[in-house]
Amino acid sequence: MTEPVLQVRDLVKHFPVTQGVVFKRTIGHVRAVDGVSFDLNKGETLGVVGESGCGKSTLAQVLMRLEQPTSGTALFEGADMFAKKGAELRELRRQMQVVLQDPYTSLNPRKTVGDIVGEPFEIHPEVAPKEDRQRRVQELLDIVGLNPGHIRRYPHQFSGGQRQRIGIARALALRPKVIVCDEPVSALDVSIQAQVMNLLGELQSEFGLSYIFIAHDLGVVRHLSDRVAVMYLGKMVETGTEDQIYEHPQHPYTQALLSSVPVPDPELRDRRETIRLSGDVPSPANPPSGCRFRTRCWRAQDLCAEQQPELEVRLDGGRIDPDAEGHPSACHFAEQHPHVVK
Amino acid sequence: MTDSGEARQSVLEPSATTEESEAGTAPRKTEKQRGLWGEAWRDLRRRPLFIASAILIAILLVIAAFPGLFASADPNTQLLSKARQDPSGEAWFGYDHLGRDIYARVIHGARASIIVGVFSTLLAVLLGSLIGLVGGYFGGKTDSSLSRFAEIFLGLPFVLGAIVILSTFNAGIEGNPGTVRVMTQVVVTIGILAWPISMRIMRSAAITSKQQDYVKAAKALGASHGRIIFRHILPNSVAPVMVYATIALGQFIGLEATLSYLGLGLRAPVVSWGIMISDSQNYLFSAPHMLLFPAMFLVITVLAFVMLGDAVRDALDPKQS
Repeated sequence: MTEPVLQVRDLVKHFPVTQGVVFKRTIGHVRAVDGVSFDLNKGETLGVVGESGCGKSTLAQVLMRLEQPTSGTALFEGADMFAKKGAELRELRRQMQVVLQDPYTSLNPRKTVGDIVGEPFEIHPEVAPKEDRQRRVQELLDIVGLNPGHIRRYPHQFSGGQRQRIGIARALALRPKVIVCDEPVSALDVSIQAQVMNLLGELQSEFGLSYIFIAHDLGVVRHLSDRVAVMYLGKMVETGTEDQIYEHPQHPYTQALLSSVPVPDPELRDRRETIRLSGDVPSPANPPSGCRFRTRCWRAQDLCAEQQPELEVRLDGGRIDPDAEGHPSACHFAEQHPHVVK
Repeated sequence: MTDSGEARQSVLEPSATTEESEAGTAPRKTEKQRGLWGEAWRDLRRRPLFIASAILIAILLVIAAFPGLFASADPNTQLLSKARQDPSGEAWFGYDHLGRDIYARVIHGARASIIVGVFSTLLAVLLGSLIGLVGGYFGGKTDSSLSRFAEIFLGLPFVLGAIVILSTFNAGIEGNPGTVRVMTQVVVTIGILAWPISMRIMRSAAITSKQQDYVKAAKALGASHGRIIFRHILPNSVAPVMVYATIALGQFIGLEATLSYLGLGLRAPVVSWGIMISDSQNYLFSAPHMLLFPAMFLVITVLAFVMLGDAVRDALDPKQS
C-alpha cells in the first residue's frame, strides 16, 4: 500500500478560557480537539461525523493551518505540516484547500465571481500567467457546472447551491491534493445537497482528490465516504469502513447517531429500534472522567467513570484483541446492536 | 432545481468561447456589473432627500470654486459710509459694520468653509479608518493599545482641545499668521480631535467582517495580511464610515465656524462664515442681518451634508430595502 497523503497523530487543540480584563488569568481550557489520530490515503474520502461542539470544525481549522495546534503532529506526504513556514507554507496551501460550510458568508459579497475564483491565481501567480487567468476561471466554473459567462456576476445573484459550487471552484483552482470539506452541504436544501455531493464525487474521481468530509449527519457522509470516523467531545470514538460503521456499529454513540438517520421506508422505520439520547453534550471545558460519553450512555457502568477507553479493535463485549478482524472503537462494552440499522 | 435553472440559462446564452460570451452579454453588461454599490446608487437616485441635498451641495461647490460668478463686489472693500446698512436692491444682504457687502462676503466665505470641511473630514476619516482597520483586524494587544490611545483624544472636550492645540501652535507668532498656515492648523486640529470616532466605527466593522468565512477562505489560500485587510475587510467595512464622513463634513464646517468665532481659527483677511458670525456679535440688535445671512448659509450647508449622510445610510443599509 502507498503512503497516506496525510497522517495525523494525537492532534490536540485546547482553547484557553480567560478571566479578567487587564490581567488575564487562564482558568481552564476548552478541549475542542483532544488527541485525534487518523490516516488519509490518496483518492480516499474520510467522513468525520459528530454533533455540534464535538470539535470537527476545529479539526478542520487546525488542519488548514487557520489555528495552531496545541500539540500533536500531522505529516503531509511525509513532511510535518505544522512546522512549515513561508514558502513551504505557501506550497502547502496549494496542496490543501477548504470548502466552507455557509455559502452565504464564504464568498465576499463585494467581489465578482471572476474575482473570487481568480483570487487563488493572484495569491499564487506562479500557477497561471496573467493572460491565462480568465480562461482558467471560466474553465473552473464550467467544471463545477456553472455558466462560464457569469464571471462578472456577484454572489448575491446566485442560489445557495450555485454559491457552494463557486466555493468548490475556488478550492479547486490550485489543483490541491486534499480538500477539507467543512460541512459543505449542511446549509443547503436537501434537493441541492445531493447535487453538490455528486459534484464532489465526480471531481474526486476526475482529479484524484482526497477528501476530509465533515458532517453532523451520518446519512450525508455515507454516500461519499470510504472510511468514517465518529467524533464525540474532541475524541474519535469509532473509525471504520463505510460497511463497518453503518452495518456493524460497536460504539453506543455511533448506534445512537445511526438510529437518528431518517429512513424513507415506513415498514423498516417501524421495525427498527430508535435510540434517543437524553441530555446535552457535556462542556468540553470540563469533560466527564473516564469515558466521555458515559453521562449519556445506557450501557455505562462504574468502570466507565474510572477508566478512559482507548480507540482499539474490540470483540463483542469490549474485550481488546489487536489480532481480531474488525474496526477500532472506544467503548469498554462495545457490542453490536443489531436492531439499529436493519 | 439549481441544475435545471442553470441548464435553461446555458441554453439561452451558449458560451462557446470567451469572445462570443462577451459579445453576447455585452448589452446586459451594465446590469450584470451592478454590485452592492451600484444597487445603492440606483436606490439613492430615487430618494428626494438625496436629490435635494445633492443639488444644494453641487450649488455650494460651484460657489466655492467660482465665487466671482455669483458676486461681482469685492468682499474686502470697506465703505464706512454704508456701515450696517440694511439689505437693499443694491446690496441684497446689506453691509456689515465696516461697510463690506455681506452678499459678496457670504459667497466668498463658502470656499474657506468647504475647504476646511473637506480636508478635515478626509484627514479624520483616513487616519481613523487606517488605525481602526489595523486594530480591528489584528485584535489583541495591538487593538487594546490603539483603542486606549484613541480614548485619550475622545476624552478631550473638543473646544478645549482645539484651544490648547491652536494657541500652542501660534504662541510665538506676532500679528497674523498666513492664510494657508491657519487653514492647515484648523484642518489638522479638527482631524486630530475627531479621528477616534471614525476609528471606532471602522474597528467594529472590521471586527464583524474579519469573522466572515470569506476571510477564512482567503487565509486558507495563503493571502497576506495586507491583501485580506484591503481586498476583503475594507470593502465590506467602508459603508458605515462613508455615512459618518458625509455627516461629519457638515459638522466640521460648523466646527470651523466655532473656532473662527472664538478667534482661534481663520482670521481676516480670510473670509469665512465663522468670522462673519463672530463679527456680528456686537451688532445683534442694531444689524441682525449681519448674523442672519452667514448663519443661514452655514445651516443650509451643514443640513445638506447631514441629509446626504442620512440618504446614503438608508441606501447602504440592506435592511431598509
